[in-house]
Amino acid sequence: MRVKSNVNRSPLGLTVTAVAVLIFLHFPFFIVMLYAFTTDETTFTFPPPGLTTRWFGVAMNRADLWPALFLSLKVAIIATAVALVLGTLAAAAVYRSRFFGREAISFLLVLPIALPGIVTGIALRSMMGLTNIPFSFWTIVIGHATFCVVVVYNNAIARFRRTGRSQLEASADLGADGFQTFRYVVLPNLATALVAGGMLAFALSFDEVIVTTFTAGQQSTLPIWIFSQLTRPRDRPVTNVVAFLVVTITAVPILLAHYMTQDARES
Amino acid sequence: MTFAIEFNNVSRHFGEVRAVDDVSFTVRDGEFFTLLGPSGSGKTTCLRMIAGFEQPTAGRIVLYGRDVTTLPAYDREVNTVFQDYALFPHMTVGDNIGYGLMVRKVPKPERERQVAEMLKLVRLPGMERRKPSQLSGGQRQRVALARALINHPKVLLLDEPLGALDLKLRQQMQVELKAIQHEVGITFIFVTHDQEEALTMSDRIAVFDMGQIVQIGAPSDLYERPRTRFVAGFVGTSNILSGETAVTITGSAQPFSVRPEKIRLVDVATAVPAAHCAIEGQVQDVVYVGMHTRYTVALPSGEEMIVVQQNMDVTPQNGTAVRGKAVRLVWPRAANNVLEEAIG
Repeated sequence: MRVKSNVNRSPLGLTVTAVAVLIFLHFPFFIVMLYAFTTDETTFTFPPPGLTTRWFGVAMNRADLWPALFLSLKVAIIATAVALVLGTLAAAAVYRSRFFGREAISFLLVLPIALPGIVTGIALRSMMGLTNIPFSFWTIVIGHATFCVVVVYNNAIARFRRTGRSQLEASADLGADGFQTFRYVVLPNLATALVAGGMLAFALSFDEVIVTTFTAGQQSTLPIWIFSQLTRPRDRPVTNVVAFLVVTITAVPILLAHYMTQDARES
Repeated sequence: MTFAIEFNNVSRHFGEVRAVDDVSFTVRDGEFFTLLGPSGSGKTTCLRMIAGFEQPTAGRIVLYGRDVTTLPAYDREVNTVFQDYALFPHMTVGDNIGYGLMVRKVPKPERERQVAEMLKLVRLPGMERRKPSQLSGGQRQRVALARALINHPKVLLLDEPLGALDLKLRQQMQVELKAIQHEVGITFIFVTHDQEEALTMSDRIAVFDMGQIVQIGAPSDLYERPRTRFVAGFVGTSNILSGETAVTITGSAQPFSVRPEKIRLVDVATAVPAAHCAIEGQVQDVVYVGMHTRYTVALPSGEEMIVVQQNMDVTPQNGTAVRGKAVRLVWPRAANNVLEEAIG
């Protein structure tokens, strides 16, 4: 009987391990947030000698911070939008039709995420050098789109495979043309996969450093700005304030996406 | 006379594989027409070509006098009940059934009225708000049927629609499908590999084997007069006799088939009546099925024959037919069905 009553309870060892891993994963966030409030401005000591909200004000007044943040947001939004369109179309093509080189295209689409970012970065840089394309907002977007397309493509094709062909046939059979089938059957089925893929693409783009350093030229995105701050000992907690804001801002869409996909799964 | 469907020398090849090979047949208006065959025999491919999901490699398909061979699926006046039902999981039952009207821009109130009517037809009134995931297999099947019927197709295509249901429900749906067909009065094309289902439901059956039609006929034609060894074996059970054994029985080596229930088991001392065939053998195996008993009888030549007897005067219980007993098999000469094949 004792065994039976314990069926739904995890063993103590497992619980302790799970909690330990969660702390290990999330404790650094806590540290980053804590030092956004420290009174110590050059070196971090534990525990912080005192707490202040002064750095928020300092961060607000930093003229170089805001363009970097907006550039990152703009790049992430546009790269995600591009990835959503191209990734969905590529997934639809690879799923629905059979053509020469289908497997090769599928492989080439996924390759950028497997390649080290530095390879992608150097490749893009040399291509831009060879073709004399000047560095701009769009060169960053192109760089980011290479791996953003992959995550959308992967999510979309997995959903296509799960949806099954007969639903598309049923729609056509009932008189829907290609556009109507896409609008009423494909898209609703795909929606949660696209939300998840889009979120991931956005997050990947937003904190990308390596490819960006090769395609940005003199522009600095937020991660590059933060990176550059680490070498400047003054006003250190400003970096932490920015990280604090970034975590808060990105948490909102992640939670939204989580709840949206959960609803879709229940129904 | 205009036929509901005409297949004129239709072929569908997938590379080297001839899924459908030069098939011709016609279906009459209002008929319950079944495509019967083992898996891979080409029956489903034929159905999919009528629906427009597959294009014939050669030949023409005509629907009520109109050549639809190259018409896309959404322009054909046929609708399909899919094997896996293919209901849209993100839509309610009502939206699933009304889908065909919705894409044709039928206004909502009219749509709702027709959906309610369809739900009544398939005996699921008031189920509009449910999601497909909340329905049982039998209910999903009815929703799929209602969804396909709401467009008032000229022909309804059914791709093994009862395959996923258990036996009881399947038999119930067989009766209901026939009743619904009577009510709506449209032509049904039904695909199945279940010969009993085909015999029960169809006006006529086309038997498929290896991409070709081997015989078309009413259920009783197919059962009583199978033309080939394949049909004799696939539709019901048959004893197929040829060579020496055939000579012993009929005096000719021409192969023929005889159904197990046409044969009577009698004592070896019993005389053979006029116009009857007879052969002696030994009971090898006895399977009691309740309504009847199935006997396997070994002939002197080593061949085996299946005999089915109602449990009346000859039964395993009263000792008249037990394993190892020598018996005489007697059947009317008229029960012999000559097969169309060369004497080999």
